[in-house]
Amino acid sequence: MSKPRIAFFDFASCEGCQLEAINFVEEFLVLLGHVDIVQFREAITEAEWDIDVSFVEGSITREQDIPRLEEIRENSKVVIALGACACTGGVNAIKNTRPLEDVRADVYGDKKDWFPTFPTRPIDQVIKVDGYIYGCPIDRNDFLKNVQLILQGKKTLRHNDPVCVECRLKENECLLTLGKPCMGPITRGGCGAIDPTFGHPCTGCRGLVDDPNENAAMDVLAENGLTVEDIKSYMTIFNAFRPEDIQ
Amino acid sequence: MRKNIDIHVHHVTRVEGHGDVLLNVKDGRVEHVALNIVEAPRFFEGMLRGRAHYEVREIVSRICGICACGHALASVRASEAALGIEPSEQVVDLRKIVLAGENLSSHFLHIFFLVAPDLFGVKSVLPLATTHRDIVVRALKLKKLGNDVSDVIVGRHVHPITMDIKGFTVLPSVSALRDVQKKIIEMLPEVVDTVDLIASVAGGIPDFERETEYISLGPVSGSTEYPFYDGVIKSSEGMTYYPAEYRKVTNEFIVPDSTAKHCKHLRDSYMVGALARFNNNSDLLHPEAKKAAEKLGMIAPVHNPYMITLAQLIETIHIMHDTVEIIDKIIRRGIKEEDYSYQPRAGTGSSAVEVPRGILFHHYTYDSKGRIEYADCVIPTTQNLENIDQDFRKLAPTILDKSEEEISLLLQMLVRAYDPCISCSTHQLNVRFK
Repeated sequence: MSKPRIAFFDFASCEGCQLEAINFVEEFLVLLGHVDIVQFREAITEAEWDIDVSFVEGSITREQDIPRLEEIRENSKVVIALGACACTGGVNAIKNTRPLEDVRADVYGDKKDWFPTFPTRPIDQVIKVDGYIYGCPIDRNDFLKNVQLILQGKKTLRHNDPVCVECRLKENECLLTLGKPCMGPITRGGCGAIDPTFGHPCTGCRGLVDDPNENAAMDVLAENGLTVEDIKSYMTIFNAFRPEDIQ
Repeated sequence: MRKNIDIHVHHVTRVEGHGDVLLNVKDGRVEHVALNIVEAPRFFEGMLRGRAHYEVREIVSRICGICACGHALASVRASEAALGIEPSEQVVDLRKIVLAGENLSSHFLHIFFLVAPDLFGVKSVLPLATTHRDIVVRALKLKKLGNDVSDVIVGRHVHPITMDIKGFTVLPSVSALRDVQKKIIEMLPEVVDTVDLIASVAGGIPDFERETEYISLGPVSGSTEYPFYDGVIKSSEGMTYYPAEYRKVTNEFIVPDSTAKHCKHLRDSYMVGALARFNNNSDLLHPEAKKAAEKLGMIAPVHNPYMITLAQLIETIHIMHDTVEIIDKIIRRGIKEEDYSYQPRAGTGSSAVEVPRGILFHHYTYDSKGRIEYADCVIPTTQNLENIDQDFRKLAPTILDKSEEEISLLLQMLVRAYDPCISCSTHQLNVRFK
């Protein structure tokens, strides 16, 4: 049986998720034994189509990104959104919270029309996506677990238990009780609660769980001394995307 | 021979981000040659406006996956300058280790994965995994060493977790520092071997020279430290500036077809990065790094941009020796719990930090509640873009007798030599709020 042909692509992003994928020696060499990498512009010059699994990093922010993403979809049996920018819009979606004309004029002044862009969207707003690997950046263990599932033709992990579950299992001191703003109660788990484990509050980078109780989460943040302005700002670092912003 | 050439390399490979190389030759004359940045602009300004001081570092590290720690560091330092905060000596020493890890990791990635395939005449590191497996394993181990060095302080290199304004959310243990120090010492011979390896294939490095202006940090007066974390802005033309005066150096301008801005100072263009640092400060390198420079035939000033990779390799040896010493110093003094709380206030501040690709500037203005009113970042790759185009203009006419494939490869190798970080260069953080 021939090895699965996999490819990496990126749109508006920092490319940190692709880097995380190659950052670990042993696992990367093992992975290379099981797959053929046929496109990975950041690391290799070769480029072939007819792909079994495409990992797509980044958000869609321009008209010209759409045909490229559609071409990837047409040439791939499976498309996986890799990382927060692709899954939820990530930090790129913060620009949607301001009028686009203002944003462009801030940067390019009277030459703003040289560089047209539209509101940021995750890739599943443009093409059908078969699975999601969450996080900013992706978590290495979660990535490897998901790759195994994908190569077996199974679904990726939904991670509907919030970060708090793993945080409790690690017996971390709750940062909310220490008066720190933490998004753990409503954020998808699967990261091993890495931020709170290093004493840093969760910023919600993996997106919110299905049906999050945002009001209760905001009440808790308010109890810990954050103002309404603080809370709204904090909750939109990674979760600013709203489908209605691109209608 | 009067020939016509039309080269358009769509998305140069083995670089971070999306850039196209264009060359048009008509009747044997170069009409147009340029690196066009076609990366999607990300408009980081929308992300920072009104954001609280404790959110800023979190957001800006996402500008770049390769230099996430460098952006975080430039960010907390600019915030500290604005908010009137002086970090402790312990914090500064720990930050130097984080920066060291990032510079190591990025340099090794560039040397082995992005440049070496050209020197070995292959298209990527993948074929080398069969023909030169020992080199690929070494490459991955060295890249991981860089990550381990940063991880011990900030938890994760992409993106750092513990680094805050004034301090860290947790401090590393002595044993974790000792472990990583041991790893550095163990890996040093592998880097020395790499110097010999690269010296053996250095004949494949194209012979091309163009003298330009070199800009990097320079030592603050009295310091003998090869400056990465702190210093003045130094030009090879003989002037120095304080970080707050960075705009006198960068002079950003917008060019058509490129979503990234360009910069110039006294000449048509200037260079930042490992070769600029080497040219400006090579007398401050660790003696072992000086030995490597000698082996590689590098005597400052070097005017061949393809040699940036060799300057990076020399720097890795310096950084590894330097980091071993910093860890000794920290352990000698003992790791102390310190108070990292502070009060926000209104203010403006700038920082200049040497990240893998060169000098990085962050500049913020905060209002009295500690929310961002104005933010600006000038990225190393943005500063190098005009220099790459100027190199192209000198190089292209001299290589027209070669095949289109060879011409295209030489131009792409030049782009790769600069190790451009294109996602960074299109961060678009500049904001002016009314």
